[in-house]
Amino acid sequence: MGLPDILFYVFAALTLLCGLLVVANPFSRSPVTSAMFLVLTIISLAGLFVLLNAFFLAAVQIIVYAGAVMVLFVFVIMLLDLKEEERRHIKAFGFVTGVVSVGIILSVFLKSIGSTAKLALPAAANATTAGESDTHALGMLLFTKYTLPFEVISVLLLVAMIGVITLSKKDLK
Amino acid sequence: MNWNFIIFSLVKLAVIVGVVQGLVAYSVLAERKISAWIQDRVGPNRTAPPFMKYVPVIGPFLTRLGMFQPLADGLKFLLKEDFTPAGVRKIYFWLAPALAVIPAMLTVAVIPFGSNLGDQKMVMADLNVGILYTFGIVSLGVYGIVLAGYAANSKYPFLGGIRSSAQMISYELSMGMSVIPVLMIVGNLNLSAIIGWQSTHGWLVLFSPLSFFIFLVASFAETNRLPFDLPEAETELVGGYHTEYSSMKFALFFLAEYSNMVSSAAMMVTLFFGGWTLPFWGLDQPATSLLLGVAHILVFMVKMLAFMVLFIWVRWMFPRFRYDQLMDLGWRRFLPLALFNILVTAIWMWLTAK
Repeated sequence: MGLPDILFYVFAALTLLCGLLVVANPFSRSPVTSAMFLVLTIISLAGLFVLLNAFFLAAVQIIVYAGAVMVLFVFVIMLLDLKEEERRHIKAFGFVTGVVSVGIILSVFLKSIGSTAKLALPAAANATTAGESDTHALGMLLFTKYTLPFEVISVLLLVAMIGVITLSKKDLK
Repeated sequence: MNWNFIIFSLVKLAVIVGVVQGLVAYSVLAERKISAWIQDRVGPNRTAPPFMKYVPVIGPFLTRLGMFQPLADGLKFLLKEDFTPAGVRKIYFWLAPALAVIPAMLTVAVIPFGSNLGDQKMVMADLNVGILYTFGIVSLGVYGIVLAGYAANSKYPFLGGIRSSAQMISYELSMGMSVIPVLMIVGNLNLSAIIGWQSTHGWLVLFSPLSFFIFLVASFAETNRLPFDLPEAETELVGGYHTEYSSMKFALFFLAEYSNMVSSAAMMVTLFFGGWTLPFWGLDQPATSLLLGVAHILVFMVKMLAFMVLFIWVRWMFPRFRYDQLMDLGWRRFLPLALFNILVTAIWMWLTAK
């Protein structure tokens, strides 16, 4: 077991542990604590991306999620001055729907893991590690093969942004 | 496992951390001296260890310059009572200074501060995504300040923390946008490659002065320096986010601020002023001898120190912005200006490509 393998297990364990502590922290019910554990989850996920040689994705993950989205989360939590939430009893309906949705997601994951296992080691993964810059390759793919999905997502984000601005403006003229 | 690599990396790490810490200590002294000169005062000029008075000429000279002041300051910080006020959120109160310092120290890892000494490249980690790494780490720096404000459980630090989170996000955007023309011109995210491009084509500040200007102003905002030091505005918020801190924990926030200054000065030198290269005396090629390698490091240090002096000089020359002015400047002026800059650079590149 080399260093990358050890690091993989460390980051994977950290991701799972922090993810669990976001939703079910036995020591603290403070929203800020949950938010900080979410930041840790995101950073350990970025570590996993680095181990996959996806440096660009890792950097963007940290810049966008840990650096901007989560800062806004913390900002809002602090502004709203949320008190520590009381421990709630788990309701039967919530429990059943939770288990069902987790089961569905798990089956999707298992299926995709099963289908990738047959591919041995894909040649594409080696190409990106050997190439001098995976950012370049990513850019090329985004503007040639995946132009349409890329643009559609951009439009979607634009629509969301305009929607937020309209909703947050109180007096529309 | 390559032991050679590990040993050299550890040596480089120790030297970089040592140099940055030394720079931080002495830039505090520089801050005090330069502010003194600007305000027609003398500044620290008498702290000295007891034996210094027996050293002829050099002793009094160094004392006059205040060379021993940082030692005294550091000692004082260590020996003061580390007071934890009642009612603070203890874990965050202890965590916040560390979270402020760690990102500040991490950013210097990717900066090439010289070409090479022997066959060792003078950079800790020559990442493919060097710039993005820096932005990522810088964007994490805000947590130290926000958590300090939250942990203190008191009004003024809280306001400081809130201000800081809003300010950092706003200016990160302009900062990120301002660098895009540089990336477009060079076509590489690696900082060594950017320096290499500049050694053949000329410094990037000549190609994209607007980028440099936006980056400079945004880095003042990112490091919480005047004229943008709203998170710790003394006249409004007592001490801002570090009001409740004392002793070494307080000093750690200072350490973080000055380390941030060092790393953003280093970033500006690397991105816009050719890094360790000089266009004359054959200093623009990777070093072939040990002496040339040392010369490159010195060139880098001199450029960086010039920016440190600029940071300090601006602090004592300009009044603080009001908060709405700060936000207005960030969102309504710099962001459109940076986008316009990207467009102009794209058109210019398209025209010259033929």
